[in-house]
Amino acid sequence: MQFKSYVMSNAEVSPGYFRMRFTVPAAVVEGSVPGHFLMLRVVDAIDPLLRRPFGIFDVGTCSAVFAESGRTSYGEILYKTVGKGTRLLSTLHQGDVVDLLAPLGRGFDLGAAGEEKLLVGGGIGLAPLYYLAKELTAKGEKVRLFAGGRNRDDILCITEFERLGVETYVSTDDGTLGEQGLVTEVLERHLQSSGKRIFACGPTPMLRAVAVMAKMHRVPCQVSMEAYMACGVGACLGCVLPGANHSPETPDYRCVCKDGPVFDSEELQWS
Amino acid sequence: MQRPDMSVEVAGIKMRNPVMTASGTFGYGAEFAEYMELDSIGALVTKGLSLKPKAGNPTPRIVETPGGMLNAIGLQNVGIDAFITEKLPYLAGVSTPVIANLYGNTLEEYGEVASRLDGLPGVAGIEVNISCPNVKQGGIVFGTDPGCAAEVVSLVRRNTTKPLIVKLSPNVTDVVEMAKSCADAGADALSLINTLTGMAIDLDRRRPVLANITGGLSGPAIKPVALRMVWQTARAVKLPLIGIGGIMNGRDALEFILAGATAVQVGTASFLDPGAAQRIAQEMELYLAEHGIADVKSLIGALEI
Repeated sequence: MQFKSYVMSNAEVSPGYFRMRFTVPAAVVEGSVPGHFLMLRVVDAIDPLLRRPFGIFDVGTCSAVFAESGRTSYGEILYKTVGKGTRLLSTLHQGDVVDLLAPLGRGFDLGAAGEEKLLVGGGIGLAPLYYLAKELTAKGEKVRLFAGGRNRDDILCITEFERLGVETYVSTDDGTLGEQGLVTEVLERHLQSSGKRIFACGPTPMLRAVAVMAKMHRVPCQVSMEAYMACGVGACLGCVLPGANHSPETPDYRCVCKDGPVFDSEELQWS
Repeated sequence: MQRPDMSVEVAGIKMRNPVMTASGTFGYGAEFAEYMELDSIGALVTKGLSLKPKAGNPTPRIVETPGGMLNAIGLQNVGIDAFITEKLPYLAGVSTPVIANLYGNTLEEYGEVASRLDGLPGVAGIEVNISCPNVKQGGIVFGTDPGCAAEVVSLVRRNTTKPLIVKLSPNVTDVVEMAKSCADAGADALSLINTLTGMAIDLDRRRPVLANITGGLSGPAIKPVALRMVWQTARAVKLPLIGIGGIMNGRDALEFILAGATAVQVGTASFLDPGAAQRIAQEMELYLAEHGIADVKSLIGALEI
C-alpha cells in the first residue's frame, strides 16, 4: 500500500549507518513478513527522482507519539548513506513526512520448527535479518547470527540481536571486532551437522560464497538480494537477476522486487 | 458549475479523460491495481509486445540521473501469445480502453503481431513502437528513417482494422518529417515522444553504468524537448497527437494539451508514484474547474503565440 508517514526518530547507529523509525498503518505491521521491503520517497522533488528500496528492519507498535492516546504502529529501516538519496534521508528529523510503499516483495520462508536457523549478514545486509530473528526467536527457534564487515563500524545492532537471545558470531576483515576474516569462514564451521537452514543478506560475493557452501553441505539457503529499482512493483523490469538456468538462448530473468527480494539460493545463477 | 467535460477521443478511441499510461511503465496493468482505480484513467497502454517472448538486456538496466532516469530494459515482454492467454483476460474486466503496444524485430514481425491482435475484442487500439533506443534490431531502426517508418506503418495498416497509433522517437533531426511520413502511410494518431538516447558513466569504475552502455532518458528532464516536438508536429500534421515526456502532474499534462496534444501518456511518474495517472487526471480536472473551463477539448492546441 501507499501512505504518508511521520518520521519518529532517525539516528546514526554507527559511522555512516542510520536507523529510522516511522509511523505506518496497522495493516503494514499485520501484512508484512521478514524479508519484505519498502520503497521510500525521500523528498517531493525531481532530484533525487526515484524511490529508494529498503529492507524492513523491524515493525511493531509503541506508545503513541503523534496520536492523542493509545499506540502507534511503526516500521524501521537500517540504512547506509551511499548517495544523494540516503544522505538526504539521514537529514530527516522527527515529524518530517515521507511517502512509502510497503510492504513489498516476497519474504523469507521461516522453515520447519526445530531446525537451527543460521542468519548471515554482511554490513547493511543485517537490516532484514533483525526482523527475521525477532520472528524466529518468538517461535522459540534456535537462532545464530554470523555478522561480517570490513571493520567494526560495519557491525550493526549486535546487542539488539543478543537481546533476542540470538547467539552471535562477528568477524571483520581487519579484526577490529570479533574474529579476523570472512564471515563465510566462521559460518562453514557450523555447517557440519544436518537440521539447519541459512538466511543470508549482504554483498553479492558474500551471498555467492554462502550459496556455494550451502549447496556443498546440502543446507537449504535463502538469500535476500539487492538491485537498482525504479518502480518496486514488477512493472519496470529494471531490477532483474538471471535465474539458475538462464542463458542468452534460454533467458530466465527474475524480478528482485516481485519474485524476490528473497530467493531460494538455488533459484539464481551465481557464476 | 458542472464538472468539466474531460472526455476526449483519439482515433475513434473514446476516453473518459486524456490521461493514458505509457508503454513499458505500467506493466500489463494488474501491477498497479492496488494503487489506483484502473477505470479512472483515459486508456491503458501495455508493455511492448513482440511475436516471441523477449528476455531483454543484461543488468544494470536502469540508473537515475538528475530530473530523470535512463533505462535499457530491452523490451522484455511475455510475447503476444502469453499476452492473449495470461494478461488480456484480466484487462477484460477493466472498463478503460486497452491499447496494445507492439514492435517487431523485422518488418514481417510487425505485420504478424498486428494481425494477431486484430481480432481481439479486448484491445481498443494498437500503438506501434518504432522508437525504442535499446534494441539492436527493430525499434529505432525503423523510427529514424522516414522511408522505413512508412513501410512499417503501411504494413501494420494492412494487417489491422483497429485504430493505429504510431509512437515517434525524438532521436531524429526532424520529427515533423517522421510524423508526416507515418501519417501518409496510414497512422490514425501519433504519440510522441519516446525516450532520448543518453548514457551515464561511473567515474570511480571508469565504466558505463548501464550494461547496454546507452539507454533511454525519461522523466521531467525531457519535458521541454517533448513539448517542443508536440507543438511542432501539431502545426504540421492533422492527426490527433498524444503527448509524452516527463509529465508529473496535471499542469504538465495541460501544457501538452495546449501545445496540441489531444491526450497524454504518463510514464516515469508511475514509477515513483504508482497512482500518478489517476492523480494527474484529477489535477487536470481541478485546474479546469478552478479556471471555469467547461471542456478540456477547448484547450487542445490553444497555445497563444
